[in-house]
Amino acid sequence: MDSNNVSLIFKALLAIFLGSFGVIGVFYALNILVEKAFPERARIKVLPWIYVGPALLLLTVYLIIPTLRTVYLSLFGPSSNEFVGLKNYIFVLTAPDTLTTFRNNLLWLVLVTGISVFLGLIIAVLIDRVKYEQVAKSLIFLPMAISFVGASVIWRFIYAYRPADAEQIGVLNAIATGLGFEPIGWLVNPAINNFALIAIMIWLQTGFCMVLLSSAVKGVPADVLEAARVDGASEVQIFWRIIIPMIMPTILVVSTTVIVLVLKVFDIVFVMTGGNLGTDVIASRMIREMFNFRNYGRGSAIAVILLIAVIPVMVANIRRFRQQELNR
Amino acid sequence: MFFSRWQPRSAARITHQKILSRLSVGLLLAPILYSCDTAASTDASTDVPVPSGSNTVTVLGVVVSEQQAKLEAAFAPFEEETGIDVIYEGTDAFTTLLPVRVDSGDAPDIAMFPQPGLMRSLAEEGALIPVTEVLSQEELATYYPDSWIDLSTVNDEIYGIWYRSALKSLVWYNPKEFEAGGYQTPETWDELIALSDEIVADGGNPWCLGLESGNASGWPGTDWVEDILLRTAGPEFYDQWVQHEVPFNAPEVQAAFDYFGEIAKTPNYLYGGQTGALSIPWGDSISGLFTAKRGTDTPECYMQKQGNFISSFFPVDVVACEDVDFFPTPIINPEYENALLVAGDIFAMLNDTPEARQLMAYLATPTPHEIWAERGGFLSANKQVDLSVYPDELSRKQAELLTTADVVQFDASDAMPGSVGTGTFWSGMMDFVAGATTEEVTDKIEFYWPEERVVSSDEAGGE
Repeated sequence: MDSNNVSLIFKALLAIFLGSFGVIGVFYALNILVEKAFPERARIKVLPWIYVGPALLLLTVYLIIPTLRTVYLSLFGPSSNEFVGLKNYIFVLTAPDTLTTFRNNLLWLVLVTGISVFLGLIIAVLIDRVKYEQVAKSLIFLPMAISFVGASVIWRFIYAYRPADAEQIGVLNAIATGLGFEPIGWLVNPAINNFALIAIMIWLQTGFCMVLLSSAVKGVPADVLEAARVDGASEVQIFWRIIIPMIMPTILVVSTTVIVLVLKVFDIVFVMTGGNLGTDVIASRMIREMFNFRNYGRGSAIAVILLIAVIPVMVANIRRFRQQELNR
Repeated sequence: MFFSRWQPRSAARITHQKILSRLSVGLLLAPILYSCDTAASTDASTDVPVPSGSNTVTVLGVVVSEQQAKLEAAFAPFEEETGIDVIYEGTDAFTTLLPVRVDSGDAPDIAMFPQPGLMRSLAEEGALIPVTEVLSQEELATYYPDSWIDLSTVNDEIYGIWYRSALKSLVWYNPKEFEAGGYQTPETWDELIALSDEIVADGGNPWCLGLESGNASGWPGTDWVEDILLRTAGPEFYDQWVQHEVPFNAPEVQAAFDYFGEIAKTPNYLYGGQTGALSIPWGDSISGLFTAKRGTDTPECYMQKQGNFISSFFPVDVVACEDVDFFPTPIINPEYENALLVAGDIFAMLNDTPEARQLMAYLATPTPHEIWAERGGFLSANKQVDLSVYPDELSRKQAELLTTADVVQFDASDAMPGSVGTGTFWSGMMDFVAGATTEEVTDKIEFYWPEERVVSSDEAGGE
């Protein structure tokens, strides 16, 4: 037993060493091999595959095969041993809880994407004219560095509820009671809890939008702006007629990134409300079906629906990207 | 935050804990196994440890981290006396892992089930050896009350030895505040409601309720409904309900929801109202018994219904029996007077080896129970356990209740399929307290009850 443990520790260390340096070694060795073994002509053809190959292999093993398997599992029962056809999909698309998640995801999609891109854009343009630009930018960008779970923990304190007779520990309710109102159950009042969660995501994503859009705004050539000013365009006109069209590709890229992120969101909901009281979203529902309820069929069906929902966004993104390449 | 296993856990926590437990099993077990091994190699000449069979017995259970040390301590006298090495493995993924290991022929000799549901399904499959092979029914009856033996019986065979138990049918109150208000502890539901009304009339809030528990939110509400149902419809109906032989939205169950609604939905009954109940973390809510409302000397609330494990959330300066005491959940139907809602760990044998038999026999004796009981956070239903070993008066009283109950029933949400027991039943209690009607909530839970038979498909999803 004793020597067993020592050898386990040794193996772990070896694994770390091999993992870190082995990858570099493999690429290096393969490169040498190709350069030695193939003639000049063939080398040019083989070499790219040598470099792309490991990534392709990993992608197949960890992405493509699991995706196909998920589709396959979604046609089977809870423990994946009897074929049920489309039953899981029909259940997911008709059950009250999953319908709520679709509604919520739509709400998230519109509000988070809309508001964070809009805010990011406004801030990007305004910040361009501020003296302490770097400081202001870093402050707004800072939440980006916090993990979703970390942010959720912070916001739990902001939304914390204590009855009116107790000392408030949440910032928002302390303000509310300070102004003479009753404390509000931000996370449990079905009329507002979804918006309370969405606000967290906006807080997290605005910085990301701002940074990308800000660099795009800075990329608008100064002579174009100057020409417009000489022609007597107002600043508002410049913003709408010149800046926006010129940074449109960036706005679209930022929007699609946020959309995909929002579709995948689950951490915030999981930590803040556990999906209770009408706050569940597709991804958190999937996790619960899979791992809490151990219903692999239904969980996989939700995963496939989520995948299908993301595909149009990805296709649009890739198309735009290709067009951009062509225009270049 | 989670002091006892019977409080449900979030999936995120489980996956996290799985990693942690793997780590801790690896790290903690290392020195323990090391010391066991040196002890074994002095009397046995084998250098290579044999996983099962010769002079060892393997045990799989859910107890991990610091609790595991207490369990290992409980095994120690057995190991010393017999020279048999008990190899304990703790895992948080017990309900997934055990069926897989049974299917692949790698079953542990003894398993420590966190609830009898999975034990029942394995017993029906024939994977378990009845405990009567080791101890006669008469011998068992000297250790355990009949009500507990019934709870470990499957198809007229007794399969398990109960070990750590939890008691959920408790209403906690502050005796000093009761005295100050001139209140009497109620014995029946009507008295309980009358008392609550009296407290409201005196300007107080009778109840604290905290349903918030991460993504397990709502579970304290399920305990309320289960306890009430056991007291109104009785243990047989309760069993049928758990097994889904009656629908979840049966009139009896709806009536139990309505009883709970009397507490949760009557204005001024709950401290902080329904919003408070939905928002306050379950462990924090007990502090209402000991905390005065701001600017007054009335406590935030006078009573809370919660299991024995809530005692780990008492403020440090609380003195048991003086500042806090409990009474059993009041009687509703006098027919089911002495009924308790419980949870607990049960040992059952999967491999019939002489070593496993010896360990099972040992586990029924009071010794392993007393060892853990002394160390705190443990209740036993074993009648022979000396009550004086419990570190405080409250656990002594609880153990006495456990060993003298006429009827015990196991926590239903633990035994129901996951999509109900850890899903819609929990979230349904949140919806119910937030304002949904009894029909809406029970109909929805019934809708989500999986079509397949409860445990067999849900738990044994190994292949």
